[in-house]
Amino acid sequence: MTQSYESNGSEGNGHDNTGINSGHLASVQGLPLGMVVEGSVANGVEVRLDPGFSVEQVKVGTFVTIQGSNNRFFGVVTDASLGSSDPRMKYTPLPVDDPFVIQALQGTVAYGTISVLPQLTMPDVMGDEQGPAAAKSIPSHFSRAFTASQKDVETVFGSEENGNFWIGSPLDMETKLCLNLGELVKRSMGVFGKSGTGKTFLTRLLLAGILQSGEASSLIFDMHSEYGWQGQDADKGVSVKGLKQLFGAKVSTFTLDEEHSRRRGLSTDETVQLGFNHIEPEDIELLRETLNLSEVAASAAFNLREKYGEEDWLKEFLAAGRGGSLLELADELQVNAGALRALYNRMGRITRYGFLVEHSRVDISARIIEHLERGQHVVLEFGRYGDDLAAYILVSNLLTRRIHQKYVEAKESAMGGGGKEPRPLVIVIEEAHKFLSPSVASQTIFGIIARELRKYNVTLMVIDQRPSGIDSEVLSQVGTRFSCLLDNERDIEAVLSGTPGSRQLRSVLARLESKQQCLVFGHALPLPVVVRIREYGPKFYETVQGGGDSEAEKKRKVEELFGD
Amino acid sequence: MARRVGEVVESTSTSFVAQCYQLEGAPALGGLVRTDSPDIYGVVGQVTTEPLDSARPVLARGEDADSEEDVIRDNPQLARLLTSRFEVYISGHVEDGVTRQYLPPRPPRVHSFVYLCSPEEVSKFTGRLDLLRLLLNSGAAHADEIVGACIRQAAPAHEQPDEFLMQACKTLAVELSGDVARLNSILRRVSP
Ligand SMILES: Nc1ncnc2c1ncn2[C@@H]1O[C@H](COP(=O)(O)OP(=O)(O)O)[C@@H](O)[C@H]1O
Ligand SMILES: [Mg+2]
Repeated sequence: MTQSYESNGSEGNGHDNTGINSGHLASVQGLPLGMVVEGSVANGVEVRLDPGFSVEQVKVGTFVTIQGSNNRFFGVVTDASLGSSDPRMKYTPLPVDDPFVIQALQGTVAYGTISVLPQLTMPDVMGDEQGPAAAKSIPSHFSRAFTASQKDVETVFGSEENGNFWIGSPLDMETKLCLNLGELVKRSMGVFGKSGTGKTFLTRLLLAGILQSGEASSLIFDMHSEYGWQGQDADKGVSVKGLKQLFGAKVSTFTLDEEHSRRRGLSTDETVQLGFNHIEPEDIELLRETLNLSEVAASAAFNLREKYGEEDWLKEFLAAGRGGSLLELADELQVNAGALRALYNRMGRITRYGFLVEHSRVDISARIIEHLERGQHVVLEFGRYGDDLAAYILVSNLLTRRIHQKYVEAKESAMGGGGKEPRPLVIVIEEAHKFLSPSVASQTIFGIIARELRKYNVTLMVIDQRPSGIDSEVLSQVGTRFSCLLDNERDIEAVLSGTPGSRQLRSVLARLESKQQCLVFGHALPLPVVVRIREYGPKFYETVQGGGDSEAEKKRKVEELFGD
Repeated sequence: MARRVGEVVESTSTSFVAQCYQLEGAPALGGLVRTDSPDIYGVVGQVTTEPLDSARPVLARGEDADSEEDVIRDNPQLARLLTSRFEVYISGHVEDGVTRQYLPPRPPRVHSFVYLCSPEEVSKFTGRLDLLRLLLNSGAAHADEIVGACIRQAAPAHEQPDEFLMQACKTLAVELSGDVARLNSILRRVSP
């Protein structure tokens, strides 16, 4: 069967092309699949499979090229279906145990079709200067469709040789699928998927790529302490290397919970202490949902700041509460006494965090920026506070606001000719919907960063298992999205919102493997692609170079110091 | 070599009738035959053996005979009172040296000789299969039987009979793509 279809194919090639011999063509063009029989620009084209090609062989999400009469198209299989030329076939008793009859019917009366969404037109000549462009038409009737070859994939997504980062392979191919990290960090990105689908592993891989490429610095709010020194592979019961192990001095680890780090036998570079004076009413606003505070109660914080000033509002408020004068204070501020008491209770809980002191002169955000400016990457481990969402939100919001402020200042002064541009920064947060829910997205720093694009060289990398909880406007600014399996309809819809061809992608997304496979689409890619994510493990560690302690990097540094 | 089996006695644009030189000497159902100058190919359909004079029907004669051969031996005149004819559905012709699988401009003349094609000729002519469409649409009473028989007859003449069979069946499937029930009934007749 396979044999007959291959010979079919080379015959076909002989007809419709330019005299390149078919052996060469196969490696460049992939295997012949079938022929375009109908379609539209809106819905893509239907390809009727050649008799020798079983519909079982073509998976949704695979890449296909279609040779039209004037263009070569590159697209993706969005659906596969069974067709019959005779609607009565399903009622006709057929000798299913006679392989001869069945073979005669297959591909003639009963055939497979695939739906292909043509998305790019390829340069006519391989290796042409001109790259692929968005397809604005569809191939004509009877155009031949082929599986995409390795060369096609490289032409479209870029190759590792040209400095792109290998993240995995496209569906059913061994080809390396690469990402242009420079493009990736230009816009915010999102890693989505339900629990256990491989978000953390993928994020670690992407961060390793970003670190290695030097395209940007990164600041990671590491909720569960899985990025810094090492992470856990719960499934296999082993630990995997974190960024610090791979990149050494390039990575600085900060911790909120020194004891936790010490218990794990790890030394961290800095221990974070924050003062009450660092907390602002905006932070409380953001914590409203998590702390179960009413709107009135949260906004009382603003009144308190008015009264006591930036530095001291929280300290004074707590003192007043302890002194039993909350009622008078409520009266004076003209806020509801119950609301003020609720605020007082919640603040009391927060201020018991071990990393908070009444007053701190150390500006941790400045310390972080120092590291970032040196080209280092910062991982902030939460230790035992990782399980406390309020602590996570409070700290990441508070620090990010300050860091962002400094980036804005640096960028503006650079634009005014004073000093150099700040290095691009990627800020990584988990449980993103807590920061970016519709009710808070407009006020929080993360909402602002997402919306202002990379005006100030800061972008976000959000990791979330419930993307439907993220404000839709913010989500639309997430340029590149990595989505592992999602099974909630609303989450799927949210992740795909604003994406062309989302109807077709929906079925792709709902059929991903349960782990280590993801649909990647958006800004950094010419078209959506299903990727089997590369194994994050010993083989990968070997490929990591440029870490502070790798040989090549050492040599480079020595040359830098003593060269010239 | 092609063997001469009869002579055209009736002729139309789509079919002709040939009379056999030998009683019971008709080619098998579905066999490929040809006339000479011009070369017109056809596939054998209905074969009939009957009295020459329809007013004198054949009577049963073997009641006391021991075997069927005895009946023939004891009644030598019978061979001359009976005749065999066969109907042929035209399925192609040769024009300026090129074989065409569509109807010739004119049917064969009456008294044209009819030859049974050799395996080489069969293999060559059935290298294309447009004739199946002609047969399916011939209007013959048992067109499907003729088609099935034709494919079965032609297969052994090919170097790879199984591949030929599959090829023929796929061609049929395309022709009958809108009528799976009919297709199925022919395929079952051809399935090895
Ligand atoms: N790229 C990968 N390489 C190796 N193992 C992986 C990879 N992706 C996922 N896994 C496996 O899947 C499990 C769950 O992945 P994880 O990233 O912890 O999921 P999530 O963060 O989405 O809950 C891991 O423990 C690991 O065994
Ligand atoms: Mg995780």
